[in-house]
Amino acid sequence: MITEYLFWFLAFVSVFGGVATILSRNPVHSVLYLILTFFAIAGHYLLLNAQFLAAVHVIVYAGAIMVLFLYVIMMLNLNRLDAEKRTLIGKVTSAVSAGLLLLVMVGVARGGSEAGEAPAESIDAGLVENLGQVLYRDFLLPFEMASVLFLGAMVGAVFLSKKELNS
Amino acid sequence: MDPIILYKIILAVVVFAVSLGVAAYMTWGERKLAAILQDRVGPDRAGPLGLLQPIADGLKMIFKEEFIPAQSNKWLFILGPSFFMLTACMTGAVVPWGSGLEIGGLYYPMQVTDINIGLLYLLGVVSIGVYGIMIGGWASNNKYAMLGALRASSQMISYEIAMGLSLIALVMTTGTLSLAEIARQQDEGLAYVVYQPLGFLIFLICAFAETNRAPFDLPESESELVGGFHTEYSSMKLGFFLFAEYINMFISSAVMATLYFGGYNFPFQHELGLEGNTLAIVQAVVLLLKIFIFIFIFMWVRWTLPRFRYDQLMNLGWKVLLPLALANIFITGLVMYFTGKLA
Repeated sequence: MITEYLFWFLAFVSVFGGVATILSRNPVHSVLYLILTFFAIAGHYLLLNAQFLAAVHVIVYAGAIMVLFLYVIMMLNLNRLDAEKRTLIGKVTSAVSAGLLLLVMVGVARGGSEAGEAPAESIDAGLVENLGQVLYRDFLLPFEMASVLFLGAMVGAVFLSKKELNS
Repeated sequence: MDPIILYKIILAVVVFAVSLGVAAYMTWGERKLAAILQDRVGPDRAGPLGLLQPIADGLKMIFKEEFIPAQSNKWLFILGPSFFMLTACMTGAVVPWGSGLEIGGLYYPMQVTDINIGLLYLLGVVSIGVYGIMIGGWASNNKYAMLGALRASSQMISYEIAMGLSLIALVMTTGTLSLAEIARQQDEGLAYVVYQPLGFLIFLICAFAETNRAPFDLPESESELVGGFHTEYSSMKLGFFLFAEYINMFISSAVMATLYFGGYNFPFQHELGLEGNTLAIVQAVVLLLKIFIFIFIFMWVRWTLPRFRYDQLMNLGWKVLLPLALANIFITGLVMYFTGKLA
């Protein structure tokens, strides 16, 4: 019972945060609303018994990535960003592409409603032990490939940000 | 009401009150210790030995004029210190303060909540703790406050990584993320500082950086940034920022004592003839003593070492602590492999 109330509360907070992220004029407020949304999503993970995912979501997204977002926005001092003039063709293009995205999402949501109940063994699937078994035993190769990809991205970022390679 | 739930509520209130009380008297202890180290007397006017000084300071903070700068963002200006205080108080929930009490045939563990991702919860709360400083510093609309906030965020992000990696080596040794289980294992075996000396050292340095204590107090370095992120704050909102720093110190001392120094356990605790509730209460006192030793180290370092320069701070974090933490993980793995501890 209380889980259901929590779900509706978290659902409201995450949707409210998401909408407010887009509607805020001030970029710093946008980032803060997005952080609120991330917390609500972490709460959803907890309701699904995925404690590890919830903790990692807070540490990585709310705790690291959004701090850097906020850092960059504060550093560039974008807090008085006026809405720049948009051309007609820009408005039309963005409306059409957003409409197409909405179409895709509605299609996915309609297909998803037929998926039915989650399998019974997923109750403690989100615990650290089980997640570790899946990641490091069943899907070891894809996991390692993904980490190599991340390493490549990191090296690339460092390479691009170095101004003089010889110094 | 279910006695367990009632007990948990009481325990949460007690932990909260103890954190606040200890933090209040840490301000007194800090000033006394600074006085001793600098050959002064320190506060001695309010009460015997100046023991009523924290109460006088608190009253002064509350009754001072509440000032919100005209050009600031009012809501975020208030949210900053509130959030900082909230995250400071949240971590006490996963620390095991003693083995457990037995009242009326029921067993009550002396820990507010034993979540099986306790260590990750700690890291999560630490990583969102920086928002209080960032929001407060930005909402002040002041260049010094902004610079302090930027310094705080980059410093905390940098040292969080080394802190997390030093904990990974500990998790490899213990095989669990639950703080209660880690404390229990140290009852049976040795304290984990014996197995993870390098990890403890890295964690200690990172704890200094995360709590913004000297020599890592660049976000509020008074000689160059006036007051850093809390330049524009006055009255109890300033009090919250300063007070939360002491709560952070108290909790990080508790975490270090629990993870690396045996937690509430002490040598020969089962040979003294103490049992049940008496033992649990003695254990809580022992844990508090260990915490006070760490708090003393925090203060000792502050009044002994000068502040880092900013580039030194970044070099230490990224070029010394991070590689050391990675090497620590590697060595831990090798030792576990060759001693056959890998399952």
